[in-house]
Amino acid sequence: MNITKNLKYFFILPALLSVVALAAVLGWGLKPGIDLSGGSLLEVSYPAGRPLAETVRNATSNLGLGEVRVQPSGEHNYLLRQRDLSNEERESLGKALGMLGTAEEVQFVSIGPSIGQELLSKAWIAIALVMVLIILFIAFAFRHVSKPVASWKYGVVAIVTLLHDILVPVGLFAYLGHFFGAEVDALFIVALLTILGISINDTIVVFDRIRENLRRNEEGHKHEEFESVVGRSITQTLARSINTSVTVVIVLVALYFVGPEATRNFALTLIVGMVAGTYSSIFLASPLLVAWDKWSRRKG
Amino acid sequence: MFAIRYWSVIILIVAGVVGFFVWSTTGGGGRFDFKLGLDLSGGTHLVYQTDTSKIESAEVGSSLEALRQVIERRVNAFGVGEPIVHLEQGGALGQGGHRLVVELPGITDINEAVRRIGQTPVLEFKLVKVGFETTLTNPDGTTNPLAFEDTGLTGAYLSRASLQFGNGQGALASQPVIRVDFNAEGTKLFADITSAHVGHNIAIFLDGEMLSAPVVQEKITDGTAIISGNFTAESAKELATNLNLGALPVPILLASTQTIGATLGEEAVRAGLLAGVLGFAALALFMIVWYRLPGVVAVVSLFIYVVLMLALFKLIPVVLTAAGIAGFILSVGLAVDANVLIAERIKEELAAGKKSEAAIREGFARAWLAIRDSNIAHIIAGVILFWFGTSLIKGFALVFSLGVVVSMLSAITMSRTFLLALGVSAESGWGRFLMRSGLFK
Repeated sequence: MNITKNLKYFFILPALLSVVALAAVLGWGLKPGIDLSGGSLLEVSYPAGRPLAETVRNATSNLGLGEVRVQPSGEHNYLLRQRDLSNEERESLGKALGMLGTAEEVQFVSIGPSIGQELLSKAWIAIALVMVLIILFIAFAFRHVSKPVASWKYGVVAIVTLLHDILVPVGLFAYLGHFFGAEVDALFIVALLTILGISINDTIVVFDRIRENLRRNEEGHKHEEFESVVGRSITQTLARSINTSVTVVIVLVALYFVGPEATRNFALTLIVGMVAGTYSSIFLASPLLVAWDKWSRRKG
Repeated sequence: MFAIRYWSVIILIVAGVVGFFVWSTTGGGGRFDFKLGLDLSGGTHLVYQTDTSKIESAEVGSSLEALRQVIERRVNAFGVGEPIVHLEQGGALGQGGHRLVVELPGITDINEAVRRIGQTPVLEFKLVKVGFETTLTNPDGTTNPLAFEDTGLTGAYLSRASLQFGNGQGALASQPVIRVDFNAEGTKLFADITSAHVGHNIAIFLDGEMLSAPVVQEKITDGTAIISGNFTAESAKELATNLNLGALPVPILLASTQTIGATLGEEAVRAGLLAGVLGFAALALFMIVWYRLPGVVAVVSLFIYVVLMLALFKLIPVVLTAAGIAGFILSVGLAVDANVLIAERIKEELAAGKKSEAAIREGFARAWLAIRDSNIAHIIAGVILFWFGTSLIKGFALVFSLGVVVSMLSAITMSRTFLLALGVSAESGWGRFLMRSGLFK
């Protein structure tokens, strides 16, 4: 693979996707789930057949619970979303629903706004912390590799790659949220943190190979352009970069299609992040190293 | 060669024993059965915000602990599953208000749970109106509200409540009873009431329910009363403690609730299991078709990894949640990554002209650096996740981190041992086919 010749084309896909994802996030925003924004969710089942959504809406509209969003779920169930409820309010809601037919409460979640707010700020800190720790770790792991590119640059490039990897699923959920009402919850943040931890794998595999090839050249007193070393390393590791992601994606696809409802969006987020992580390690991380090296040479 | 075959047989036997342990202890709810979180077993999760603003800062810790103990006693009285009551500190950096988290597996009636947790025992002494002595209760067993008159004497005048056994009189000789000592004001009030109503009944109410209605024999001036009822030693002791504590040591406010019906949980367990089995099967197929012999070895190692993890879940024990199961399934996909790296590396070494055994040893050695580095990155993420998480997410973080460590051991040591033990020579045509990879080559 000739990196020099194709360098500028490599950036097109990741750059385009990042821009689109960023636009989606800024334009549509994300729909926070109740565990992040506070609020409540009641899932109720009418085993003998459910009343019309309109009937449920009317029955719940004058309980003083603010806006109650009614959404059918499965064959017999309704999901009701509203502000967080006290126990008494929950009881009155349950009574109103019980008037419409034999109703069973499947699940109920109510989260005070302060707890949601706290989880959200914790999420930001966690994401920042993971990034900082990974940059430090990579700089440390590659500390003996300082020529021709300083080891901290590997760390920075890894972070740029990671930012791209989480931006893509975030953009997807901005889209899904806007058009299909998909919400982002604590598990979504867990998925993002996990992507940060996993998708760095492929980048590490390529960097590790660059590290090894550089050392071999040095030992053999062989001169080779940095970009040629990088190109060779990518080619050598292409199969494993893809296959290590394929193995993870295989199990995630199973989790997405047949796994529990509760972790479906979680699996989707991870799949998208993993795929983004694989191509970014090939088409973004290493070309970026080369571009940075060239740019600093030109400058210096 | 001999030693390595010996080792691989031992590994297989140990794995078989562990597998049997996992198999035989699953189901039936024994000591080593899987522990399911609330979202899988069904139950109620309550978070209370505590109000420590009126408590001296030096005493906050001990007051909260007292609170935790009171609540724990109350939920233990429900007699279901294994309730968990723990304190946690809010705020993004753990500097915020204290919270009390109550997890009640199997309880889906929040009303009942909330009522019993928040309840403060109310002790009241009421005078039985003349003429109502025989109609204290309605025919249906409920107390007849018309029969009683308030005296103003309540648990608020209590100085101390204690458990005693019997007062030596007849049938009550060995019954647990509660002795109540009033404070000075209460003593005076009690003396006034008893002196004015000698020969009348005074009913003792706990939480609106009549416990007993003894006849006042004489004026009582020492400020003590004996409450008898259908107590067991346990319940009498608990009541005495609750009366002593009066209101909860720290006021609490319900901040969030979560109830999950048992059927939803069962459905999630079933789906999680199916996803795990299908995911594993698809993964095994991919590995064997693509990596051939190293692929088969990877699948065997991976199977042992799964068995080991399941055994650890039982032994530690790890409380499994939906997120935890997802984490485990994910970890299976990650565990095999090391095998991919190793198999690719072995192929390279073979291509470079090394003999089979040398290629395997070299392949493992060279793949190790990349495996180590990516696993360290996983652990970094896992630790942060554990810190970030609420209890449901901590389940994910724990399973994920555990999986990284266990898989590192299983992939490196087991796969290597098995591959060397098989001793397939890559020199013959068939051997070369087995040790290589890809679909058509």
